[in-house]
Amino acid sequence: MSIMGTRVVRKEDPVFLSRGATYTDDLTDERLTGALHLTLVRSPLAHGRITGIDVEAAKAAPGVVGVFTAADLEGLSPTLMFPAANRAMVRPFLATDRVRFVGEPVAAVLTEHPYQGQDAAELVEVDYDPLPAVIGLKDSLEGGTVLFEEAGTNLALAFDDQQFDDHFFDDCEVVVTREIVNQRLAAAPLETRAASAAWGEDGRLTLFASSQNAQMARDEVAGWLGIEASQVHVILPDVGGGFGAKIGGDPTFALVAWLAKQVGRPVRWSESRSENMTGMLQGRAQLQTVTIGGRRDGTVLAYRLDVLADAGAYPAIGTFLPFFTRQMAPGVYDIPKVESRARALVTTTTPTGAYRGAGRPEATAAIERAMDLFSAEIGMDPAEVRKLNVVPPDKFPFTTKGGGGGAVYDTGEYAKAIDRVLEAAGYADLRAEQAARRERGDVLQLGIGVSSYVEITGGGEFREDAAVEVHADGTVTVLTGTSPHGQGHATAWAMLASEHLGIPIEKITVKHGDTDLIPRGVGTMGSRSLQTGGVAVYQAAGQLVELAKQRAADLLEASVEDLEVVEGRVTVKGTGSGIDLAELAAKEQLRIDTAFDSGAASFPFGAHVAVVEVDVESGKAVVDRIITVDDAGPVLNPLLAEGQRHGGIAQGISQALLEEVAYDVDGNPLTATFADYGFPSAAELPSFTLVDMETPTPLNPIGAKGIGEAGTIGATPAVQSAVVDAVSHLASATSTCRPPRYGCGRHPGRWEHEMSEKVSITVNGRPTTAEVEPRLLLVHYLRDVVGLKATNIGCDTTSCGACTVLLDGQSVKSCTVLAVQADQQSVTTMEGLSPDPEQLHPVAAAFRAEHGLQCGFCTPGMVMATVSLLEENPHPTEREVRDGLEGNLCRCTGYHNIVRAVLTAAESSGSAS
Amino acid sequence: MIPVGFDYARPDTVDGAVALLAEHGEDATLLAGGHSLLPVMKLRLGAPELVIDVGKLTELQYIRVDGDEVAIGAGTRHHTVATSDVLTTECPLMPAVARTVGDPQVRHRGTLGGSLAHADPASDLPAAVLALGGTVVLRSPRGERQVPITGFYTGVFSSVKEPDELIVEVRVPRTARAGWAYEKFVRRANDWAIVGVAVVDGRVGLVNMGPTPLRASQTEAALADGASIEDAAALADQRTEPPTDLAGTAEYRRHLARVLTRRALERAAAVADG
Repeated sequence: MSIMGTRVVRKEDPVFLSRGATYTDDLTDERLTGALHLTLVRSPLAHGRITGIDVEAAKAAPGVVGVFTAADLEGLSPTLMFPAANRAMVRPFLATDRVRFVGEPVAAVLTEHPYQGQDAAELVEVDYDPLPAVIGLKDSLEGGTVLFEEAGTNLALAFDDQQFDDHFFDDCEVVVTREIVNQRLAAAPLETRAASAAWGEDGRLTLFASSQNAQMARDEVAGWLGIEASQVHVILPDVGGGFGAKIGGDPTFALVAWLAKQVGRPVRWSESRSENMTGMLQGRAQLQTVTIGGRRDGTVLAYRLDVLADAGAYPAIGTFLPFFTRQMAPGVYDIPKVESRARALVTTTTPTGAYRGAGRPEATAAIERAMDLFSAEIGMDPAEVRKLNVVPPDKFPFTTKGGGGGAVYDTGEYAKAIDRVLEAAGYADLRAEQAARRERGDVLQLGIGVSSYVEITGGGEFREDAAVEVHADGTVTVLTGTSPHGQGHATAWAMLASEHLGIPIEKITVKHGDTDLIPRGVGTMGSRSLQTGGVAVYQAAGQLVELAKQRAADLLEASVEDLEVVEGRVTVKGTGSGIDLAELAAKEQLRIDTAFDSGAASFPFGAHVAVVEVDVESGKAVVDRIITVDDAGPVLNPLLAEGQRHGGIAQGISQALLEEVAYDVDGNPLTATFADYGFPSAAELPSFTLVDMETPTPLNPIGAKGIGEAGTIGATPAVQSAVVDAVSHLASATSTCRPPRYGCGRHPGRWEHEMSEKVSITVNGRPTTAEVEPRLLLVHYLRDVVGLKATNIGCDTTSCGACTVLLDGQSVKSCTVLAVQADQQSVTTMEGLSPDPEQLHPVAAAFRAEHGLQCGFCTPGMVMATVSLLEENPHPTEREVRDGLEGNLCRCTGYHNIVRAVLTAAESSGSAS
Repeated sequence: MIPVGFDYARPDTVDGAVALLAEHGEDATLLAGGHSLLPVMKLRLGAPELVIDVGKLTELQYIRVDGDEVAIGAGTRHHTVATSDVLTTECPLMPAVARTVGDPQVRHRGTLGGSLAHADPASDLPAAVLALGGTVVLRSPRGERQVPITGFYTGVFSSVKEPDELIVEVRVPRTARAGWAYEKFVRRANDWAIVGVAVVDGRVGLVNMGPTPLRASQTEAALADGASIEDAAALADQRTEPPTDLAGTAEYRRHLARVLTRRALERAAAVADG
């Protein structure tokens, strides 16, 4: 029986759920012995001239080994982060004469201990002459203040291959135009950026880093350092989420490597959440003007999209993403006339990059809003209007007219997807319910939003490398150019190899993210992994079977055609005779190295229905139901694919209702912590209804398209539409304004407080004792003093719960407990629940069974919070579980399955008792 | 992020803590659960020289009926308040409000005294105690004094508590038979209240409607004069000074205060009738 298409639980989970995953900051690799810690001094100003930097006081502070500014960085020249952008807009590794966003690195401090770094960084005196902030895209376009005087403009990149036609809408009976904000979002992976560098005696650099693409990071870092790529060995440990913001290398990786070389010692870097919220590339950030025209019978005739995209202070990949927005401008619709242009502009804000969907959600949100506006104007049902205008199945492959040469859609059944989702939602009943509530004038009004989408997956880079080797002991190694940050490659790729080899996945090890072991690869981004990297593994395993049959043919004195591979053994069909693949491997290496090239992108599609209740007295909108069709072709592992859909949907809902990176008029970030940024918990979201539909692509042998971003793309416009729909019969709501909220404080260094306190804490049943600084946080005691690294740190504000442990049996956030406060008390971490990966605690086992973890970073905290929750309420309802987990954030965001895991754990303990 | 260095003391008694406070004055800060203090210290918005840990003082951890009041030790954790049988019977508003503070982990650590002392106008419990007309008991080297909560707060993060005073107890009236309700408006479950309204026995406490927790005095007066709930609630934002921030404008908060007050009063009336 084929393993493909079955719900296989993840191979990686037993370790993730016992000792925890190993992220970059968890590494105890001997190459990092004696490492120094990098702390960056960051600009508190959005825009200003640097008139002086005094590092002397910082240099004299305890534990400081070196303080560096731009003037010291010989060999690290300012670099254009996106090659096609205006060539004057280069980014320095540390600010030279000017700062252009709050959070821009200005100086680097190396200390023996990270705590010393934060003390010393505050002593670096930087004098600034403030310059006007440039926040709004229209202000940037006007160019009253330019960020780069040498450029003479704020325009980073123009997409202007189409000229707007003055008579474009002349044949339309109805024309609607609207300006739409697609707000800036923080990718906010729960593991922040981190890297560690060590130079070997052979002169080669080993760089451990949190990235989605090992080989790209290697090439970029080598380029920044001005050395050959062969001199760089990138190793990706487990990665705690990326969502596009960890594509390739971060400039700080090169700085870490440069500093390590300079001081002749390894250097470690791991940023705080506050730094991450201003320093990591952010997503979306488009101001769009849509114009749609057509006939009153519902036919759309013309669509125009005009985009201003926010590149942030230094043009990076975000500058390029309007390219995708234009390609996908018409979405699923066959519109006779489409025109678009885009301009990417610099502003004094955090630079922008890819975030889950990266250019396509912006296109979808624009066209879907336009379809709603058009439907409302002609008084037709928005779902009907959509179905009238979709690309019909007989028109594939279909080339879009959005600009940038258009996109070529491979396969699609757009109307069918809409019909299925409407049926599953009970659309007619929902409309009836809505009408009844409106009639009654209920406080809770019902809104129904419908979206239809198509997106690009596996675009840009079509090739991926793989190797499969069967060993003499019967085990298998798979090498892949893609690497996971929650997607489950270790399991999925093993399934693909197992399908051909018939060897159980337990015996198959998938290796990734090591550039010496796997020199060639592209990595994980743009929902490309399965259809490129996975298919390469599938192809390699298939070729290995052919190779094995050829070798076995002589030994078995049979013709190749009469042989088959079953359960890891080459057998002569219809007879018992055969030879194990392991035996063949013992005679001669049995390995295939291959690459698969899809040659083109695939275009998954779907339709979402969101049902929202809006309290018309308070303005609060709550998502009641989400029903989706997300068709990405045949599904390899439904458990994993559903996890991707859940996560995408949750992030999409969150954009619609909660998240926005905001600045005040002076360019101060207003959402620099998780206390301020609207990152949702399980309590704000419902469970989702997923409807299956599989339309294969002809581009690869398993027919699969990408699924990682689809949910995000469909959910945002569906929820937006539903909220508008709920109140469309009422007067329009007022808007809110956003004044400044933050000051910034400085504190003199204070190391007269060198007193230490003796603490005795029982950790996982074992007594521990140490002399500690009073300010040592319990989480650092557990991680650095006791050496238990499962417990993670995800924020600075007691918001995320990744650090949750049990203190005398109750859940607490160990980042907000001093070690001295836990003196004489007992702590339990996830390691204490399940010391043995093979013997998981019932809660941990339930998380595995229900696929309640993806990247694994929130998992230790989530598991410990669950243990505490079930202790206090052994038989919770779903609502009680969601509320009980309000203090734990999962960015992936797998709340749907996490909630199921908790309910399953409650059931299993119930049946045990 | 980590706090600026500090000295640490963990006295064995309340009097020991008070003595340390007297000695160090404004350089010292009390640490109970730490869930207001430590985030501030980690973001380096505050940097005390001396941290006096009173979190393990069991003499501050109790809930007991005392005459017409319930006396709650200042070191009592939110979770304990939320699950207290005594309070559920004698003063059900307190556990109901405590259940809405932060999240379970925060409630396992945070203390009633700490919450009241921190004087954040966006906190839930100060407004609840205000609606109850409770009393704060302070101890210093000069002895103990009782301050009605109505006279306790003086501004954002400030109160009449002297630097050498420690909150040892919070006293709330036994209101078992009175109607009560708490309406908290948030976008995310564990956020601070954008606006909160605590109602008990015709008194109305407002969260985040000014520099301190406030009573909706005009609403209370109207109710006392026999006005309808709807008419009284329409006055809830009178004499308030709500802030404008990312979560909402002052105007929006005023609107919410009126809506939530009406809902809280209606629920309270239903409880009282039931």
